[in-house]
Amino acid sequence: MANPFVQKSWSPYIVGGLIGVLSWFAFATADKPIGITTAFEHTAALTEKAAVPGIEQKNEYFAARQAEGNSPKIGWEWMLVVGVFFGALLSAGLSGDRTQLWVPPLWANRFGPSKAKRLTAAFLSAALMMFGARLAQGCTSGHGISGTLQLAVSSWMFISVAFGVAIATALLMYGRQGAEHV
Amino acid sequence: MFESPDKLVLGFLTGVIFGFLLQKGRVAKFEVIVGQFLLRDWTVVKTMGTAVVVGAIGVYALVAADAASLHIKPALLGGVLIGAVCFGVGMAIFGYCPGTSVAGCGEGRRDAMVGVAGMLAGAAVFVAVYPVLQPLINGLGDWGKVTLPEITQTSPWLWIGGLVLIGVGSFIAERLSGHGPQGRRGSLTTGAHA
Repeated sequence: MANPFVQKSWSPYIVGGLIGVLSWFAFATADKPIGITTAFEHTAALTEKAAVPGIEQKNEYFAARQAEGNSPKIGWEWMLVVGVFFGALLSAGLSGDRTQLWVPPLWANRFGPSKAKRLTAAFLSAALMMFGARLAQGCTSGHGISGTLQLAVSSWMFISVAFGVAIATALLMYGRQGAEHV
Repeated sequence: MFESPDKLVLGFLTGVIFGFLLQKGRVAKFEVIVGQFLLRDWTVVKTMGTAVVVGAIGVYALVAADAASLHIKPALLGGVLIGAVCFGVGMAIFGYCPGTSVAGCGEGRRDAMVGVAGMLAGAAVFVAVYPVLQPLINGLGDWGKVTLPEITQTSPWLWIGGLVLIGVGSFIAERLSGHGPQGRRGSLTTGAHA
């Protein structure tokens, strides 16, 4: 049997099961749910604190997070995000699945090969996605996996609405014709 | 400003495994994420569904053994619902979610890298306008940090049992329908099936 580490893909059931076990590990060792976007919010808040003197007094964000015991910091969540990058780099490197793709083929097929168009859309849509995640206090990881597995009402609500809206958006963007190219 | 070194190391280690799994699971790929929203590629739902079923069993067992505690996000209806709409539109256009875009950077995807810069910008806007967002976040009511078993006054194991049944049922149904364990693959999904 081939070395699984050099394979390009594993069964989604194996991967999902291992992510489930990883969530046990996160709860057992750090008493934390796996989530990504807190680190982005903290990075932004630390940057704004450094760049704008006195922002802590003017913007109630800082007092509110302090009251929650969640002041911006370089912590477990921050290192988790750094780790995700290196873990994916390692996996793709071992299997030869590295790419230098600028415009995904499915996108190019519908919206053309323009790099500028794709990158502008990626920047703005990713900003909107992160803004939404911080409004809701979680993303696909924090709500979609960690929150739903804790049976949180907020998380089941979030992921149902988010995926429903995403399906509608994708169908509007690509239509029936685009869907046939997947 | 910094958490203890052991927390930082644990976070990094957890992240490396998470990123490795996301890449091996092919969910750090634009085609797979958008393919899910076009209802053509069910990799995302299979991966997340299995993670939730397996995760729920272990985490609730850890809580029962007093080895961990639940960390529930508040059901602030305005924040959760408006946030979910922004998130869904953004994710469908971007073609990655926050975690998988970071993993996509590790894979070398240039649009994911630009998106990570966009995510930092989105977070910066959120922090900057936080005060004026408060009526929006809190305006539609707050159900608190509640779980489904709590609001229905039932056992969590009833819900977890239900999730297991749905998961196993879907798995068997898919096998019987002949799509195979990896689901349907189309012409533009580039990852070779090893």
